[in-house]
Amino acid sequence: MSETEKPVTLQSYIRLCTVIFIVVMCAVGSMIGTSFAHIGEGWTAKVAIILAIAAVNAFLVAGYLMHLLSEKKLIYTVLTFTVIFVIGLFGLTLWAMTDFPVGTATH
Amino acid sequence: MDIPYTVHNRPDTGIYNAKLGIWLFLASEVMLFGGLFSAYVLLRAGAEPGMWPHGWLDVRLGTINTLLLALSAITTLLAWAACKVREFGKFKFFHGCTILLALTFLGIKSYEYHDKFIHYEIALNDGTFVDGHLKEKSADFDLKKKTGTVTLHGRVVQDRKELMDLRMPAAQAAVLEEHVIQAADIKKMQNYGPWHNTFTAIYFTMTGLHALHILGGTLVIFYLWGPGSRMWKTDPERFTNRIEVSGLFWHFVDLVWIFLFPVMYLT
Amino acid sequence: MQANVQQFPPFREPGAAHGHDDHGHEHHEPGFWTKYIFSSDHKVIGIQYGITALTFLLFGFFLMLLMRWQIAHPTQPVPFLGPLLEKMLGPMAAGGAISADLYNAFGAMHGTIMVFLGVVPLAFAAFGNYVVPLMIGAPDMTFPRINMASYHAFFLGGVVMFVSFFIPGGAAQAGWTSYSPLATTIPTNGQAFWLVGMVLLITSSLLGAVNFIATIIQLRAPGMTWMRLPWFVWAQFVTAFILLLAFPPLEAAGVLQLMDNALGTSFFLPTGLAVAGKVGEASGGGSPLLWQHLFWFLGHPEVYVLILPAMGVVAEIVANNTRKPLWGYKSLVYSVLAVGFLSFIVWAHHMYMTGMGQRIATFFQATTMIISIPSVIILTCLLLSLWGGSIRINTPMLFALGFLPMFGIGGLTGLPLGLAAADLYLHDTYYVIAHFHYVVAPGTIFALFAGIYFWFPKMTGRKMNEFWGRVHFWCSFVFMNLVFMPMFAQGIKGMIRRMSDGGVNYSAARVPGAIDTLPGSIMELNTWILWAAIALGIAQIPFIINLFWSIKHGEKVGTNPWQATTLDWHTPTPPPHGNFPQEPHVVRGPYEYNAPGFEGGFAPQAEFPAAGQGHAQPAHH
Repeated sequence: MSETEKPVTLQSYIRLCTVIFIVVMCAVGSMIGTSFAHIGEGWTAKVAIILAIAAVNAFLVAGYLMHLLSEKKLIYTVLTFTVIFVIGLFGLTLWAMTDFPVGTATH
Repeated sequence: MDIPYTVHNRPDTGIYNAKLGIWLFLASEVMLFGGLFSAYVLLRAGAEPGMWPHGWLDVRLGTINTLLLALSAITTLLAWAACKVREFGKFKFFHGCTILLALTFLGIKSYEYHDKFIHYEIALNDGTFVDGHLKEKSADFDLKKKTGTVTLHGRVVQDRKELMDLRMPAAQAAVLEEHVIQAADIKKMQNYGPWHNTFTAIYFTMTGLHALHILGGTLVIFYLWGPGSRMWKTDPERFTNRIEVSGLFWHFVDLVWIFLFPVMYLT
Repeated sequence: MQANVQQFPPFREPGAAHGHDDHGHEHHEPGFWTKYIFSSDHKVIGIQYGITALTFLLFGFFLMLLMRWQIAHPTQPVPFLGPLLEKMLGPMAAGGAISADLYNAFGAMHGTIMVFLGVVPLAFAAFGNYVVPLMIGAPDMTFPRINMASYHAFFLGGVVMFVSFFIPGGAAQAGWTSYSPLATTIPTNGQAFWLVGMVLLITSSLLGAVNFIATIIQLRAPGMTWMRLPWFVWAQFVTAFILLLAFPPLEAAGVLQLMDNALGTSFFLPTGLAVAGKVGEASGGGSPLLWQHLFWFLGHPEVYVLILPAMGVVAEIVANNTRKPLWGYKSLVYSVLAVGFLSFIVWAHHMYMTGMGQRIATFFQATTMIISIPSVIILTCLLLSLWGGSIRINTPMLFALGFLPMFGIGGLTGLPLGLAAADLYLHDTYYVIAHFHYVVAPGTIFALFAGIYFWFPKMTGRKMNEFWGRVHFWCSFVFMNLVFMPMFAQGIKGMIRRMSDGGVNYSAARVPGAIDTLPGSIMELNTWILWAAIALGIAQIPFIINLFWSIKHGEKVGTNPWQATTLDWHTPTPPPHGNFPQEPHVVRGPYEYNAPGFEGGFAPQAEFPAAGQGHAQPAHH
């Protein structure tokens, strides 16, 4: 980090980390709970819920442990483009693989 | 002229070189794992109905590994914070923990791999399937010569589809027992390696690549913890930056696992 | 002096440890190994990349000559080289003739070598490494040792690719695109070598890209604002981002295909895949289309990796030799950014033949047409820059001027391929080959020749011979066109690419009376192209001799022979370790060629205050 940052204490970090660890444990627990619970038919609903919880977990790690919440504009710019391209890669490929010429048989 | 901004921030960007470097590297890693996760989703979506496995991995071990990595992410942050407040002893302690946690993670991972490699699915000539862990092969066991026997601890199913979803009540209720199989009865015998089906293929590839990242990260952290920590005496600010940069990589590896765990183990 | 530096701290950081290991000043004379092989100096690395890439370009060209022989004279032994080929490659070149398998291997490796081991390393890594830090006033790249690792990974990748020719079964034979399942089912380990080589090359370009971006962002000299960057630097910046973000999905795909090849997985192998009439052992369930998507996600941006640095070189040379600022600098900058962004969302226009639906095809047609707009803006700006200039004609300028119409032909003939209706007919014909070779061969490679002639005096302190340079240009220009122009005709007539017999089996001579066979006039062009290609090869001899001869015997010139404004020409020649004896302070834009108050009529971009001169001049904006 930079010399411009406010002075910090180890204690404040330990407090932050304890909170994060507890939340992560709860999140992992609820993911497992969701996985074994009977929600909806098949896996679709469960997958959606589990991935949403995983996203919360990821947000905690990226936001606090990687201090992305207080990062510089430059880093945000790079990551924004990266995320756009990942979505493009996934989304367009998925679209291309599920779009068939009109009048042809599909799955 | 020397290279500027190796330690201090460039005023207009607000960061030092290595930090920009690691974030660029991580952006590229996001694309790498983005490609792999995309492949995973597309393969899973394209699988024949009922042929995508569920519940093939041990959730208990996966959970333990998840918590180990989360804990190591935290000790990594604390190691950096200890450097920040100039407490070298605490840095040594926290990063020592990181290394131990990482090695435990790899140990558990190898156990899981081993467990898959001794798990066999045997198609018999009568059309049924025996599926289970290898107990023993007789000394003269040879598939080609059709001699000897092999003993599996598992179950017999009529349809291969029954082996796919182990979360189904029928699979949960199945009784595992020892089956001794004559080599002459075997049509095809295959363990749960990457070649077994698309799920094991993507499981081994993605977790394997992730494990390589863990290994690489551990080596870097071990270097910084051991011989590399001499820099602490000459240039603590720069050393702290190194800890931060390696920590960012480590957190990213944790981030990947945060998605790998639910995707592979829970769904 | 103070006025220029106030927004920056002193260049040399007071708190920084000196002699730190990234960039220690060596006081003793470094030995051969440290100086030339394990150097972390960006200039040495640039030259290493340059020499290696030129060697691979020549090798790739040589493969092409052998292929052209086979196309013009199918199954006949290669003259002179036949026995040697048989000796080195064994049964694949039985009797000194090129077998179909060997032709396929040459085809795949020609593409791979030209793209990944020739043009990209030369355009991006060699010129970028040598010139970018000089242009932005930096002492070196940000991470010199990573830079060195990048070259070593590249070299290793090249070795792996090269060695694969000599393994049993020969090199990869599935085209440079390595489509699955073909790439997995051909019985050779060449494909595994190809994949390992690619992973090394991707690692190399990843390390390079991180370095370039970090250098351009972090190490610009005081006063070098974004809009004062020479356009070449912008082009390299965008190229680096493309390499950083487009290559990893191919690395992912490469790992998956390697698993398919080595461990028997089925990522890209469909269920029930039959090889040679027999259903294979593979578990199936994979998707061949997935490979194509992941491949072209890199493959198309890669086209811009090939072309953008070349455009950057041309821009510098055009501005320098027209003695006036580039026309529309800002349009150029925004266009290159737009091209970089859009290049990520056009990839599936390579896949219209895969049975994609009309909706997604419409999307990719639209983005393909849109990306041609900024590309045309760039070309137009470069063309308009010539307007009203007092143009100096010299070898670099000739090559730069040659680039403009050649790239124009290449680019415009690409438009029909971007539209599904036309592409369905032209796909996989020689028309496609002609199109992309016009972009890359007389396009990019001309620009790279221009760059070599242009920056040679910076590297050596001597100019290359002007007469032989012009001979090189005019011969290359004529023969390039003679090689590639006939292919448009062949392609439109329906000649398919990747046929080892050059289309004989589809010719009117072989199947008289059949509909739409290839007429004799089209088949005859194969011979024309062969001779034009041989002549093109001979035309490179003056260049090769000139390049080496001029290192020792070229005309001696000063530090700034082209009277250029940019910073790279305002260092000692050749630049010392650390590049600039004093810290440069950039005070104006890159192309102030119309500055009457200055010596020579041009205003250098930077001042060197510690030298005590230059800063009294008025700044012309």
